[in-house]
Amino acid sequence: MIDPHDVLADPISTTPDDDAAATGPAVQIAELTVVLGGETVLDRVSLTVARGSWLSIIGPNGAGKTTLLRALIGLVPTRGSVMLDGVAVGARSRRDRARAAAVVAQNPVVPPGMSVRDYVLLGRTPHLRPLGRDGAADVLAVRDALDQLDLVRFADRPLDTLSGGERQRAFMARALAQAAPILLLDEPTTSLDVGHQQEVLELVDGLRRTNGLTVVSTMHDLTLAGQYADRLLLLDRGRGVAAGTAVEVLTEHNLDRFYGARVRVLHGDDGTLVVAPVRAGRPRQVTP
Amino acid sequence: MTSGPSRNGVQMAHIWPTWTPERDGGRARAETGVGTGRLRAGWVAAAVGAVALATTLGLAVGAVSLPPFAVAAELADHLPLVRLDSGLTTLEADIVWELRFPRVVLALLVGALLSLAGGAYQGAFRNPLADPYLLGVAAGAGLGATMAIVAGFGGGAGTGGATEVALPLAAFAGALTAVSITYVLGAVGARERSTASLILAGVAVASFFTALQTYVQQRNDDTLRQVYAWILGRLGTAGWHEVRLLAPYALVAAVILLAQRRTLDVLSVGDDEAASLGIDPARSRAVVVVAASLATAAAVAVSGLIGFVGIIVPHTIRLLAGSSYRVILPLSMLFGAAFLALADLLARTMLAPGEVPIGVITAFFGAPFFAVVLRTSRRAAS
Repeated sequence: MIDPHDVLADPISTTPDDDAAATGPAVQIAELTVVLGGETVLDRVSLTVARGSWLSIIGPNGAGKTTLLRALIGLVPTRGSVMLDGVAVGARSRRDRARAAAVVAQNPVVPPGMSVRDYVLLGRTPHLRPLGRDGAADVLAVRDALDQLDLVRFADRPLDTLSGGERQRAFMARALAQAAPILLLDEPTTSLDVGHQQEVLELVDGLRRTNGLTVVSTMHDLTLAGQYADRLLLLDRGRGVAAGTAVEVLTEHNLDRFYGARVRVLHGDDGTLVVAPVRAGRPRQVTP
Repeated sequence: MTSGPSRNGVQMAHIWPTWTPERDGGRARAETGVGTGRLRAGWVAAAVGAVALATTLGLAVGAVSLPPFAVAAELADHLPLVRLDSGLTTLEADIVWELRFPRVVLALLVGALLSLAGGAYQGAFRNPLADPYLLGVAAGAGLGATMAIVAGFGGGAGTGGATEVALPLAAFAGALTAVSITYVLGAVGARERSTASLILAGVAVASFFTALQTYVQQRNDDTLRQVYAWILGRLGTAGWHEVRLLAPYALVAAVILLAQRRTLDVLSVGDDEAASLGIDPARSRAVVVVAASLATAAAVAVSGLIGFVGIIVPHTIRLLAGSSYRVILPLSMLFGAAFLALADLLARTMLAPGEVPIGVITAFFGAPFFAVVLRTSRRAAS
């Protein structure tokens, strides 16, 4: 039996690399509770994400993964404390929050006819004065984001004419143009084929290293979650039930207990692991 | 550091040699002009030209036809630092300035307001077919105007001063009342005013006010003609009265809406994402909806119900000049003004000395024009 409070008593502290220890954590959540429509969606979740690291939130459907991301930028009413870069989210203005953390939603709305460049420019919104026009700094940030995500060729194409993988890159370019040190990704690989899933996650990892971003993502694919994130947090019905490295969290026992899934966890030589679903106890079927 | 998928790195360097920092210089600004978001000088010039042309034609054509170039000279003569002799007689100049100019200005203002409000509603509700009359504005104004007419204030053209004040004021009050009820109803049952609940509330309020209006109208069949004339829209004026009534609301609404044009672009990605970009979507939408409703109510109060302008003009701009509200709102105002001034020109000349209701003209020419634009833009896109 795992007592959630054992996990909570030792909140996740991702291994701080090199000089990151000198500064405080990028994200710090303590006893976060979210109640929506009378239902407790998150129940006393605590976690810490070190600067420059990547935390993936995993858990079965309805565990509260997306709500946790939304709580990080103050989009849902919360109890407990949520700190971004050492400042409570509640104490930040909307613009200030948007400067601290950028979000890529699971299925972002694609405005019809809007060019990729204009879409990426929206990321500059929290940096503009209320009536301000975009200045040279904004133009440079947009160009840099387009460049980093290899979208320069598409800059003047309408976003809705791009393929799924290209769109996902445009969504991330918008978040990158926001120039926030924390990047929140809600299921960044949904509806992408496996090749584009890897491409997108490699891009995120590259951005993290190049720009020193802290990444918090929710992930459906457990193998990919384990391969790319430094640490994992397993949520179940709003509670943090396991936290740590992929090897610590992605155990056959945990996946059976919280996902109700029969899986084999295969450990590779390079320390990565593969979560393979197995179909036990069923009669073998002959393919026609 | 440059990154991106390495397999495309080489290719990119060939296609975009100017994107290295060394060669940047001052090009950053110019490059954004390529996108659709920036208002391009060519479009602004075309829009201003359209307004000038519509104004000149509106002043030149009528029961007494005047040479358009002379009218243009007469107009230019009144610009600061310009001295021109138009060659118009004093009587002709009086026709231009006293009789026709107020009506042309009124048409320009109403057209600008309806188009601007239409564009703003489309952005606020994320629906390219949203309409200035959406939230019950028209039904409320209709009830107000009908009650004023039934009470004996409507009068025909040329009745006394008090009646000309009462009808627009009653229509204005009715429009604002309806919008306010819509807004309150739209908030009931929803944690924040969602676009769907607002539109549903608008449908309910419009039905209710229309029912009341029909009842009042049918009970007083002696005034049916006047009520219908108002419902079909008209721009009859007596001097500057309507313009003076409309101008303050036009100014306030235009300033507020134009200031929100970038916010409307942000709202186009959805409320959640707008919030994550530092915008308060509910508050921004409220500001836009209130300002657009004010503009619509003011326009309806002086001109009756002139349909299609608020849908056709912004939508045409969107198809031709770009989908960003930074482009749509200012261009809609200018082209909308020109469109309605030309429509009014037709309305008062086609059956001269009688008048065709301008709402008939806007629908008759607007709808097919819209269909043509839709068709050609589809073809260009494919």
